[in-house]
Amino acid sequence: MFKWLHPLAKPETLYRFCGHLFPWLMLSALTILLVGNVWGLVFAPQDYQQFDTVRIMYIHVPSALLSMSTYTMMAIAAFIALVWQVKVAQWSVLAIAPIGAVFTAISLLTGMAWGKPMWGTWWEWDARLTSQLILLFLYLGVIALYGAFSDRQTGGKVASLLAVIGVVNVPIIHFSVEWWHTLHQGASIMKFDTPSVHPSMLWPLLISLLGFYLLMLALVCLRLRTAILEHEQHRPWVRATLGGH
Amino acid sequence: MQFDSFSDFLAMGGYGFYIWLAYGLTYGLLVGLAGYCFWELKAFHQNFRQKLARAQRVKQYQEIEHP
Repeated sequence: MFKWLHPLAKPETLYRFCGHLFPWLMLSALTILLVGNVWGLVFAPQDYQQFDTVRIMYIHVPSALLSMSTYTMMAIAAFIALVWQVKVAQWSVLAIAPIGAVFTAISLLTGMAWGKPMWGTWWEWDARLTSQLILLFLYLGVIALYGAFSDRQTGGKVASLLAVIGVVNVPIIHFSVEWWHTLHQGASIMKFDTPSVHPSMLWPLLISLLGFYLLMLALVCLRLRTAILEHEQHRPWVRATLGGH
Repeated sequence: MQFDSFSDFLAMGGYGFYIWLAYGLTYGLLVGLAGYCFWELKAFHQNFRQKLARAQRVKQYQEIEHP
């Protein structure tokens, strides 16, 4: 696998790789997201307790899972950047951060819109909601720290450090529903057991999740391409690729 | 199909406001994010082309003044 991965550490190769991947990721993401969400909105059954509000699940659960796996991805890239000094890993940390922040914001906002009719409140300072809000602040912290240094390399290093340290929050979010008393329900899919969601709801949920995942990867590809170009703009290969002459 | 009519679908059994609020915010943010990512790449391309053209102009004038 490392034989296959190693060439991607070269910015030019990674730029082309992301360019090939992007249209397929975007196209499949939009198609699968459409199928998953229409299925969830129109064809999936009501919940016997939550009625139609359960349809918020098809965006809430995927965005919440994505917010955590995107953070893990960013932390791995940050670790690689800090330990092995891989340039493109450093750039991907900053390429990933705003995308993860948006998914986190979506999970919080959809959760509020679901909480109001079902729990009777938009917001509650309980374990799950608070730790998820901290995740949003971690993403924003990474972006802000990078911007706070006039030297991009120093900024990148400090931001990566925060990204790596902040990864402790991911298991805290996941287990918060078990460790503390909370309004939020426990895990239904991500557990060492068969999922406790009926197939008529599980399928549209998994399809929506796949669609969100592909969309995240597509946007990361796009931002990484921009980041590579920005950092390498004085290299001959960029001029040869974009300049045309 | 879980709904009898389109207005039934919009009403979502009385929870329409919350469900459409959630979906509206989600897709609003996602479209905004995607638009921003595309804009970034486009802005870089524009900026890069301007810089290239400028460098070329400078080179041309230098050749005229100091042939």
